[in-house]
Amino acid sequence: MSNPLAYELRLYVAGQTAKSLAACANLQRICETHLAGQYRIEIIDLTKNPKLAAGDQILALPTLVRRLPKPVKKIIGDLSNEERVLVGLDVRPISADRA
Amino acid sequence: MRWRRNNAIACCLNVSYTRRQRPTSGDLGNIGLTTEPTILKMKALSPNRNLPKCATGIAGLDEITSGGLPAGRPTLICGSAGSGKTMLAMEFLVRGATQYGEPGVFMMFEESAAELEANVRSLGFDLEKLAAKKQLVLDHVHIERSEIEETGEYDLEGLFIRLGHAVKTIGAKRVVLDTVEALFAGLPNHAILRAELRRLFRWLKDQGLTAVITGERGEQSLTRYGLEEYVADCVIILDQRIQEQISTRRLRVLKYRGSAHGTNEYPFLIGERGISVLPITSLRLDHQVSTKRIPTGIARLDEMLGGKGVFRGSSVLVSGSPGTGKSSVGAKFVETACRRGERVLLFAYEESSAQIVRNMGSIGIDLDLWMKKGLLQIHSSRPTLHGLEQHLVMMHDAVSSFQPSVVVVDPISNLSLYRNASEVKPTLMRLIDFLKQQQITTLFTSLTAGGGETPEDSQLGVSSLMDTWLLLRNVEFNGERNRTIYVLKSRGMAHSNQVREFVLSDKGIDLVDVYLGAERVLTGTARVAQEELERAAAALREEDHQRKLGQLASRQKAIEAQIAALRAESEVEAAEVAFTIARETLQQRTTQQSTDIMAQLRGADITGSGRKKEKR
Repeated sequence: MSNPLAYELRLYVAGQTAKSLAACANLQRICETHLAGQYRIEIIDLTKNPKLAAGDQILALPTLVRRLPKPVKKIIGDLSNEERVLVGLDVRPISADRA
Repeated sequence: MRWRRNNAIACCLNVSYTRRQRPTSGDLGNIGLTTEPTILKMKALSPNRNLPKCATGIAGLDEITSGGLPAGRPTLICGSAGSGKTMLAMEFLVRGATQYGEPGVFMMFEESAAELEANVRSLGFDLEKLAAKKQLVLDHVHIERSEIEETGEYDLEGLFIRLGHAVKTIGAKRVVLDTVEALFAGLPNHAILRAELRRLFRWLKDQGLTAVITGERGEQSLTRYGLEEYVADCVIILDQRIQEQISTRRLRVLKYRGSAHGTNEYPFLIGERGISVLPITSLRLDHQVSTKRIPTGIARLDEMLGGKGVFRGSSVLVSGSPGTGKSSVGAKFVETACRRGERVLLFAYEESSAQIVRNMGSIGIDLDLWMKKGLLQIHSSRPTLHGLEQHLVMMHDAVSSFQPSVVVVDPISNLSLYRNASEVKPTLMRLIDFLKQQQITTLFTSLTAGGGETPEDSQLGVSSLMDTWLLLRNVEFNGERNRTIYVLKSRGMAHSNQVREFVLSDKGIDLVDVYLGAERVLTGTARVAQEELERAAAALREEDHQRKLGQLASRQKAIEAQIAALRAESEVEAAEVAFTIARETLQQRTTQQSTDIMAQLRGADITGSGRKKEKR
């Protein structure tokens, strides 16, 4: 479990909306809590780079894409529900580990 | 938002529309359904030219919608699976790009771009080329629900961005969202989705994009997820029905805000050149007419038709029971047209072309010659191969590519196998209209069932569409069947109403006068026998006349002889009278002389008599 970049994440947002900002903050917090040192986040603003939307089949915003590890997973929404995010990323919460 | 939209519509409509249409509450879709038809009729009476239309370029559809889809507004096309929604939407885009210079974005939610390209290639649409020319953008939006987890608030801004980007790249004017409803399966939160779709359609309108949205037909509502709630400007329903194992596609414009439109169901086809809709009740009846006449090839039949044959561009129906010679009349018509150097298309639904050539050779009509010269094309197919509409489209295509001046369909009645007349008539009407508009002279043969006491009943109801109707009938009498022909009607010309006998031989077709007796029409050997009788009677009469003339001559001679005798007699009498007179005169003179002499001798006064004497 020492691969430093096991999780390659990409967060698609559209501008500085409330939902975008919330999603960014939530993601950072969750990753720091559960995946410290194992992740890399790339944030893509589609209002600046609309071309990129098609590549990952982005429809809803914000969307978090787990590019690695495979398979690709997508989580849509502002990531406010931490548990759902962890399920979506296939990360077992640390609390669960301890238990 | 609803109010605003209605106000916008009200601007280009009359007041009553506004009054009716402004609801205080309720569903837009439902209102459209219940009140639209009457409103549209009112519209038809007072056409409003303000509503801009976006021509689809799809054959027939622009005719029904009087110009196309509402420009800058979304149109909903709904139908069950396989009803042709995607094809219609695609053709709308391709024709827009190629014919009207309006680039388009095709956003698909079900098929991938590669699949779609392969599917429409059969219609002759090369999407790759269009995409390379920046006339078309294909965007496949794919949502895999198993990959997606939902947490918290989101919107579909990604879709907007993609669409907006695609529209901007090529300056698109047309947009297709092919089954946007697939999103309902992909996104669990329908409340968000509905709100976003509402926003999407608003956005499309604001961008002035003419959009086509397809939707799967629902059981209770028009579409499974009630898209009609958002797209209320124009709704087109596609349908595919199977009847007697033959499927027919149909299209109906359910509503069209602010425009008159055809309200019927129209059969349509997906053919080699895309979709073609057949507007059943032709919207116009204004084809050009010709006063030129063309012969049928049967001289005496032309004689019956006012001496010159049928009008160019008119339609001729030849009906009759089996074996009455309908095909032969058709073949003769074909041959005659070819002889004039005209192109002829023969659609045969009973015999193969080789069989037709062989059979017609037996009555002296060489069709092979004209086929080799390229003036004649025979299209033989089984009537059950396709539905009627499909046949019509094939005919349409064949006519468009071959450009004939004469078309013969043998027999038209086979096209209607397994179909009821109410369906066949409008479709045939469409065909006849099409051919008339092209100034093509048409000859249809039609089989009437059995002996046909009342052949007028069994003409698929098309007889009223025909300009000339020839009826062939079998007359059974005296142990044989004979063919007769008569002209039941022929518009715009004096025509014979007399029955003729129709004789087929290796020399061709001929018409013979029938024997019209006091009681019945005689044909065949009965006619021959009757004619023989008449000949004998005539010979007898002739002899009688000669005899009578001879008698008269001899009587005349006798009378003349009598006259001569009488004349001789009278001459004798006259001579006698003259002799008597002469004798008496002589006697008198002699007596006078002797008296005078006696008086001289006696020296009597002879002054009286002397004066008399001097005078003499």
